[in-house]
Amino acid sequence: MTAFLAKRIGIGLITLIVASVVVFSVLEVLPGDPALLMLGMNATPEALASMREQMGLNAPLIVRYLNWVGGMAVGDFGRSFTYSSPVIDLIAERAVVSLPLAVISLILSTAIAIPVGIFAAARRGKVGDTVSMGVAQVGVAVPNFWFALLLIYVFAVWLRLVPAGGFSGWGGGIWSGVKSLMLPAIALALPQAAILARVTRSAMLEVLGEDYIRTARAKGMPRRYVLWRHALRNAMIPVLTIMGMQFAVLLAGTIIIENVFYLPGLGRLVFQAITQRDLIVVEGVVMLLVASVVVINLVVDVLYAVVDPRLRVR
Amino acid sequence: MSLLEIEKLCLNIGNVPILKDVDLTIEQGEVLGLVGESGSGKSMTSLAVMQLLPFSAQTRGRVTFDGVDILAAPEAAMNKLRGNEIGMVFQEPMTALNPVKTIGEQVAEGIRWHTSANRADAEDTARKILDRVGLPESQFPLSRFPHELSGGQRQRVVIAIACALKPKLLIADEPTTALDVVLQKQILELLRDLVDERKMGLLLISHDLAVVADMADRVTIMRHGEVMESGETARTLTEQKHPYTRQLAVASMHVPDRSGDAARAAPQTPLLEVDRVVRDYPGRRPSLFARPAPFRAVNDVSFSLREGQSMALVGRSGCGKSTLARMILALDRPTGGEIRLDGAPVSTLGEAELKPHRRKMQVVFQDPYGSFNPRHKVERLIAEPLHLLEKQPSATEKREMVAQALNEVGLKPADMEKYPHEFSGGQRQRISIARAIITKPKLIVADEPVSALDVSIRAQILDLFADLNGKLGVAYLFITHDLTVARAITDEVMVMHDGQIVESGKTGDVLDHPQSDAAKALVAAAPDLERALQRRLARHEASGTQEA
Repeated sequence: MTAFLAKRIGIGLITLIVASVVVFSVLEVLPGDPALLMLGMNATPEALASMREQMGLNAPLIVRYLNWVGGMAVGDFGRSFTYSSPVIDLIAERAVVSLPLAVISLILSTAIAIPVGIFAAARRGKVGDTVSMGVAQVGVAVPNFWFALLLIYVFAVWLRLVPAGGFSGWGGGIWSGVKSLMLPAIALALPQAAILARVTRSAMLEVLGEDYIRTARAKGMPRRYVLWRHALRNAMIPVLTIMGMQFAVLLAGTIIIENVFYLPGLGRLVFQAITQRDLIVVEGVVMLLVASVVVINLVVDVLYAVVDPRLRVR
Repeated sequence: MSLLEIEKLCLNIGNVPILKDVDLTIEQGEVLGLVGESGSGKSMTSLAVMQLLPFSAQTRGRVTFDGVDILAAPEAAMNKLRGNEIGMVFQEPMTALNPVKTIGEQVAEGIRWHTSANRADAEDTARKILDRVGLPESQFPLSRFPHELSGGQRQRVVIAIACALKPKLLIADEPTTALDVVLQKQILELLRDLVDERKMGLLLISHDLAVVADMADRVTIMRHGEVMESGETARTLTEQKHPYTRQLAVASMHVPDRSGDAARAAPQTPLLEVDRVVRDYPGRRPSLFARPAPFRAVNDVSFSLREGQSMALVGRSGCGKSTLARMILALDRPTGGEIRLDGAPVSTLGEAELKPHRRKMQVVFQDPYGSFNPRHKVERLIAEPLHLLEKQPSATEKREMVAQALNEVGLKPADMEKYPHEFSGGQRQRISIARAIITKPKLIVADEPVSALDVSIRAQILDLFADLNGKLGVAYLFITHDLTVARAITDEVMVMHDGQIVESGKTGDVLDHPQSDAAKALVAAAPDLERALQRRLARHEASGTQEA
């Protein structure tokens, strides 16, 4: 297990290094002078030159790369030109919205998808299967912002249970924070749940055809017991893979939902930074997302080994 | 009243009749052999007793187990019977156990469910039954996972699960078909001992008459979902009153006519020379920093094969036969030593230089279906090796060659337009032989070419091999654990054990008078219909004179 973990962590670190090189060089070749952007079009050449000097833009490429990576390693992601505050503060401010939102969505989608997938697989070809998979098909097809609008209409405008948008912050207690994240989390979770339910169903169906399921039934174990205790764990590998990918998407790919609900999340931060050529913010957010994907993959790999003893050896 | 009575059992799946008026009885403590070829309905009969049939199956008739009407029993009642009163052992031990649960959990689970014992007591019982089936605690603690066990050991776990609660009836569906002969003998002996010890009834399903003759008190022979004949084993199989019984018995002892043997006419030049070949595989690292000791799969093997000669390579599973075959086919490289085909050192040539030599050797695999791409037509499948020819044939030439190859193996040229699923198992094996002969090879390596086939089909395919040897002068290396195949079709045999050739010589000599322990074990374990029947008759006479 130690060797397994060491190897996985090593692979994760290599991924991070490769990603940092790619991010750095892509932003290096993009047109646009950060100093010019910061000082505005009317800046004098002298002011520009001193600004470039101050920002370290004149140093050789490799030095700038190492400075950048070294800074990130100690939590210094640089300063944003447009917000004139440290990037790390900007990210932290937004992450307290985006991270809980992603976690709540993932919990919701898993809680919906796995029982539905098992239910459909257990009733393959019957009405319950057809109906639940039909609903899932709709869930896959309909975009999440449409769900968002429906949810706002029903729960905020009509029933007045939750606010229609905005984020109250965590200052007013956990519940009020969760409450303002509830609708966006549901809107994000539904399409994800639809996909995950279909994956769960097909994984379960494959496992239910295996010989060891017949062995368990021949032991006298009832169908329901076999479903939950023998089949589910074996079907978890593809389900975990999709869950890992969905979590990564939920962290960063929520720009539309953030806009619909006026949430100050990471998606909006990076969108604004791109439009304003605030490259240092883009770099920071992208690296953070790469790191979180690496961590998620590591967690998923460890979970594989927890689920399946055959994967523990290597 | 019998333990199990099946009367006029009919079973349909959709509109297809699978079983027609099947009658069968088993008494307490009796072994009934249920024999038939694939598709005869043996497995469906056993699944009907367990009520584990596919959902679309409809049954009529009566199945009574120990006074319980099985076909009318509700699911909850069946759950009480299964695993408790009726145990079942399946054909494929490699997939019969849940890979994510320990063997202890899997054995104890049924015990807990049926007896409401607490975990400790159930594990205690599980421990005892695992000891009984030959998996002692010192080597096989309850915490082992199935993937840490070999096929034979896993089958013992399955038997432990089936017998843990001392069922009255044990159903064993081809329990040894996936195992080599030595393991087969061990597992059959274990089953027989358990049956004697616990006075269980045993329904032993097999396609192998020799196994059934050895094990069963009575036999029931099935074909196309109907019972052909049933009766006392020795009498049924010696008298062979029913023509189908005779057909099965003849096919299972079939020896092809090899009067056209190419080896006799051919010059005595060596075709294949294997010279001190070694193959190591990296072993598992004991820890992060220790150097792993390599695992030697093939250890210093030397032999040669003449043109047109048929040679058998026999040995238990895991002895290195398939690794050796892969190296001969240049699909893998030896760690040491050299392999020469027609004088060319194929084991050291690069892929480009190897190409002209590849067409001289072809392969036939065990599972004809698994070795075809199901989306390709037969024409394309058979023509596949033609890319090895120096001059690429035109499309018409290609079709002619495919047609000729199909003719040689007894199929029609029109068959080239079909897909593999349109053929039966035996026909598919003919297709894979056609694919092997299309480049006019000098050597065919056949890896268990008939062990997935029914006895009557097996006889036909063995005839085909003998016929092609005479007509085309092709040499064979048969890799098999089945000594009857080796005896039927080869002149010489090599016995492999732990990566080494431990014995070789004329097939008849080696199999009749084995010298090495490995060969003796193989010969002793090989099921033999005639010997089994003689033993059974002798036992009858002995008990008859005692009674008189």
